[in-house]
Amino acid sequence: MQILIHLSFAILALSMVLCLARLVMGPSLPDRVVALELLSMIIVGIIGVHTLQSDETSFLDVAIVVALMSFLATVGFARFLERGGRRDD
Amino acid sequence: MIELLQGFLLLAGSFFMLIAALGIVRLPDLLTRMHASTKGASLGVMLLMAGVALHFLEEVVFARTIAITFFVLMTAPVAAHAIGRAGYFVGIELWKGTVKDELRPNYNPLSHRLHSGLKKTARGQEAGKSHAHDSHKGED
Repeated sequence: MQILIHLSFAILALSMVLCLARLVMGPSLPDRVVALELLSMIIVGIIGVHTLQSDETSFLDVAIVVALMSFLATVGFARFLERGGRRDD
Repeated sequence: MIELLQGFLLLAGSFFMLIAALGIVRLPDLLTRMHASTKGASLGVMLLMAGVALHFLEEVVFARTIAITFFVLMTAPVAAHAIGRAGYFVGIELWKGTVKDELRPNYNPLSHRLHSGLKKTARGQEAGKSHAHDSHKGED
C-alpha cells in the first residue's frame, strides 16, 4: 500500500510539473488561468493522498478550502478578463 | 480486498490527473485545453476522494469526501464556462482545424453584445412571410 501511495505521489508530481510548464509558456492569460485551475485540482488530489499517508483526517478540510479558493480565483480572473478594460456600466 | 480496490482508485485518480496535465500541455487551443483539464481533473479528484473514503471508513470522512466531490462537480463546469467565455471575448485565436464557430455570427466584438441568433432568424422569417401579422402585433 505504501508503495502505491508513493507511486501516486510521483504521478501527481509529474502532472504538476507539466501543468507548471503550461503555466510558464502559456501564450495568453486565459491559458494560464486554466493551468492554475488544474494546478489547484492536482493540489486537492495531493492533499487527499497525504491524508491517506498521514492518517490525519483533518487535512480534508484543507482540500475543501483549496477547491473553494481555486473556484473563486478562476471566476475572479474571468470577470477581470471580461470587464478588465474601461468600465462603462 | 479493500486495499486492492483502494490502490486501484488511487492509481486511477492519479492517472486521470496525469492525462489532464498532458492534455493541457499538448493540445493546441484554449478551448481544447479546457476540455482536457476540466473533465480529467474532476474525475481524478472524484476517484482519489473515493480512495480516501475507502481507507478510513468513517462517517465524518465520508461526509467530507462527498462534500469535496460535490463541490468540484458543481464548480468545475461553472469555472470552465466563465473562463471560456472570457477567453473568447478577449480574442484568443482558435485552432486552425476548427470546423465550426457558432458564436461568431452572433457576437459583435465592437459593441460586446451577444444576440440570440434563433430569435433573430425566427423574427426575420416571420417578417418575410407575413407583414400583416407583425403589424397586428405592433397594434397589440
